[in-house]
Amino acid sequence: MNILSAKNMKFVKDPLMDNNPISVQVLGICSALAVTVQMKTAVVMSLAVIFVLSSSSLIISLIRNKLPSQIRIIVELAIIASLVILVDQILKAYLYDISKQLSVFVGLIITNCIVLGRAEAFALQQKPFASWLDGIGNALGYSMFLLAVAFGRELLGSGTLFGYHIIPESFYAAGYQNMGLMVLAPGAFILLGLIIWLQRAVTGTVSE
Amino acid sequence: MEHLISLFIKSVFVENILLAFFLGMCSFLAVSKRVETAIGLGFAVIFVLTITVPTNWAIHAFLLAPGALSWAGLPEVDLSFLGFISYIAVIAAMVQLVEMFLDKYSPSLYASLGIFLPLIAVNCAILGSSLFMVEREYNLSESVVFGLGSGTGFALAIIAMSAIREKIRYSNIPMGLRGLGITMLITGLMAIAFMSFSGIAL
Repeated sequence: MNILSAKNMKFVKDPLMDNNPISVQVLGICSALAVTVQMKTAVVMSLAVIFVLSSSSLIISLIRNKLPSQIRIIVELAIIASLVILVDQILKAYLYDISKQLSVFVGLIITNCIVLGRAEAFALQQKPFASWLDGIGNALGYSMFLLAVAFGRELLGSGTLFGYHIIPESFYAAGYQNMGLMVLAPGAFILLGLIIWLQRAVTGTVSE
Repeated sequence: MEHLISLFIKSVFVENILLAFFLGMCSFLAVSKRVETAIGLGFAVIFVLTITVPTNWAIHAFLLAPGALSWAGLPEVDLSFLGFISYIAVIAAMVQLVEMFLDKYSPSLYASLGIFLPLIAVNCAILGSSLFMVEREYNLSESVVFGLGSGTGFALAIIAMSAIREKIRYSNIPMGLRGLGITMLITGLMAIAFMSFSGIAL
């Protein structure tokens, strides 16, 4: 089997643009907005989702033929919850400050619709390696939006990126001000709306 | 008593679970196309939140918190790492119980909530409220009020949103902005409106 065959690459590439989990499938928006005040938390959250989504797809795909369909949801939830507990414990041990900032949103990866959605829609029917790639692709598509929103919110809201000041002092002297709205919830909604508009204008997706 | 009322007002308006913490966005976007279905989901969420937050409070306080097992003679056991998996199991089980209970004793309510009850098990607002309850260290009465308040806030937001979406169905919106895009922008404006409550403190 050729690992980089066109078919396998499609599993990764497709969710990035044409079938993006956030802008096209409308899954997993909850956590996409809450952790995007800073780039740092957004990067950690993206890594956590990439790990949980790819591993859960792989595990569920491995046991798909043994899984009775009546109890599959609770089994999937148990697998996802165990993986999330793993991520949470690792964050608490090595990145305590960021884990405090992410607060409840690490736990909420369990109810992130992308994870359960990919398990139901893809991993239950497909081979393990394809499911793993699909998990990675969807997690990357999700991360892309997360980082785009975080980039805009941190730059416009606090004038920093990864905590370093980007906007020169002379701008502030000339009367430039940070946009307080971007740090608050409405800024995230409006920014995500605009990014989705841009993405759909590029890919030409039209809904309804 | 006053601080319970103040907690209720805070969780409905000032810290609206949807518009300030972004929880429950998926169902908010998917089910806000018609007012009747939004009302159905809104009441189902109020109902389930009011039950699950105190239940998870009991699980946390008597089983999982550090030192919580001292009644069983195990004061040094700390099971708090099992939190996520226990809460989601409790939520899934409670939703199932509520469903069976309603089916038996109030078929009309059961029929009107329909498909929304099972969907609620994976609504982030439900798990999120339980996690906030643990993080903010609420007691029993506070967690009942917090559950009720969060649910009411969610219902208020989704019903208002569905009414707006019914109105804008005939508007001429740019192609790429239709559907999700314009909904996010409206949600942003609604969040700004709800922020004006933030001066309220009882």
